[in-house]
Amino acid sequence: MENRPLEYDYTVAKMFMLTTILTGIVGMLIGVILAFELAFPELNTILGQGLAEYTNFSRLRPLHTDAVIFGFTLSGVFATWYYVGQRVLKVSMAESGFLMFIGKLHFILYVVGVAAVIFSLLAGVTTSKEYAEFEWPIDIAIVVVWVLFGISIFGLIGIRREKSLYISVWYYIATFLGIAMLYLFNNMEIPTILGANGIGEAGFGNWWHSVSMYAGTNDALVQWWYGHNAVAFGFTVPIVAMIYYFLPKESGQAIYSYKLSLLSFWGLMFVYLWAGGHHLLFSTVPDWMQTMGSIFSIILILPSWGSAINMLLTMKGEWQQVAASPLIKFMVLGSTFYMFSTLEGPIQAIKSVNAIAHFTDWIVGHVHDGVLGWVGFMIMAALYHMSPRVFKKEIYSKSLMAAQFWIQTLGVVLYFTSMWIAGITQGMMWRAHDEFGNLAYSFIDTVTVLHPYYTIRGVGGLLYLVGFLMFAYNIYKTMTSGRRVEESELQSASPMGA
Amino acid sequence: MDIAELQAYGFFTLTALMVVVLYGYIYHLYTKKKDADGHDYEDYSNIALKDDISDTPVSAISEHKEK
Repeated sequence: MENRPLEYDYTVAKMFMLTTILTGIVGMLIGVILAFELAFPELNTILGQGLAEYTNFSRLRPLHTDAVIFGFTLSGVFATWYYVGQRVLKVSMAESGFLMFIGKLHFILYVVGVAAVIFSLLAGVTTSKEYAEFEWPIDIAIVVVWVLFGISIFGLIGIRREKSLYISVWYYIATFLGIAMLYLFNNMEIPTILGANGIGEAGFGNWWHSVSMYAGTNDALVQWWYGHNAVAFGFTVPIVAMIYYFLPKESGQAIYSYKLSLLSFWGLMFVYLWAGGHHLLFSTVPDWMQTMGSIFSIILILPSWGSAINMLLTMKGEWQQVAASPLIKFMVLGSTFYMFSTLEGPIQAIKSVNAIAHFTDWIVGHVHDGVLGWVGFMIMAALYHMSPRVFKKEIYSKSLMAAQFWIQTLGVVLYFTSMWIAGITQGMMWRAHDEFGNLAYSFIDTVTVLHPYYTIRGVGGLLYLVGFLMFAYNIYKTMTSGRRVEESELQSASPMGA
Repeated sequence: MDIAELQAYGFFTLTALMVVVLYGYIYHLYTKKKDADGHDYEDYSNIALKDDISDTPVSAISEHKEK
């Protein structure tokens, strides 16, 4: 047997990098189409009445959200786990045939699951629960994929050389446990084919169709406990895991305060799970639960800002790197957007503010400054940092990356500012009334007023998509034609071509 | 006392307990500064910075076993 030095094995990380980029393009493209459909409703039937079923807003909307959440973001989480996990535990996947097999199986089943989701949602098969639209056969497949992810995490931890688990590993573990619990409980459902009606007739509907095990307000509560914590354990926790690894590594700076990272972690775990009630303010859930949702949402500022400030202070004395490196720019702006949206969210959860904000575009704006500015920027930065290490090539173009950064930043700013104005206008118009209590405006009045803002939002989204295509091209060119780099060039700042 | 009231007291007690535990942990972190193995918490930042497979672990599993 030849005696080669041990190296980290990035086979599975590379596979998930591919799906991150592909599902990112799909999810964002559909998002842009939807944005323009809202501004110009005739686009709903752009391919003719015969195909309108597949091009209208309501059919495409879950495809957009699920492609971004379960496609782009989860692929990014998996890609970075299979990279970061090995490095901070100081163990190579090449050392375990079993874990390598599990990793590849994880990827294959994930791709099968994604294909099933795309096909079924496009066909209109849905449970109608937001972000939990998949019917029971797909739910079972997703659970299997998730269990494989868990085996990968704990398997790698089991054979580690580094005794202490780096802070990012804690966040990855929390992602695994959090989503496992939420997904299982929210997707408790009964196939209708097993049910019977009042007069004893059984076997309703298609074999894949199901109804939730919970009814009425209980269903709403479980749904928003899930919905809000999907943001927590899908869009926050694993992204914090990424920035705690990639920002120190790329900048060569130790985390400003490791102790602060630990206490923010436990603070976040403690508080986040109780905040979901803010989605149900002024609804039929008990009042104390609504109040608790508001209070916990406001407390949530503390652990969120603990992590974000920790990241910004990591750059202390090294701010010239932000000017010099577009990769650092992505992470610092991502962290800033994290602070911004974790302040905005609690403000929206205050009852009096929520009375204006609920059901308006301001909420849509909030989600997007978080996902575009924080999640998207951080995942792209992570893949940029990983590329030279996994392909042993220099990043193809620094100037392309810088141009992408500014185009996307402009896109995010156009997106959230237009949605702020649209949302608050909408909220105020819905409430406006004369001295007798008659509503001042009908719904269509608001639609007319909002048209310019919907157009600006579409343009913002389009700019972000253009930037994402530049990112995909940059990574592709890195892989195929970048200059080969030596191990010594990969210590901290990533090597970049002009 | 019905089950709902019991749940409410249970919830409040658990929350209060977790607040105490969390603040206790923070107090521990900033007064002791080191974990049970004697490593300064801040040293663990190096797990990311020195993460080549040939780098020495900050707190190696084998070092732990020898103790």
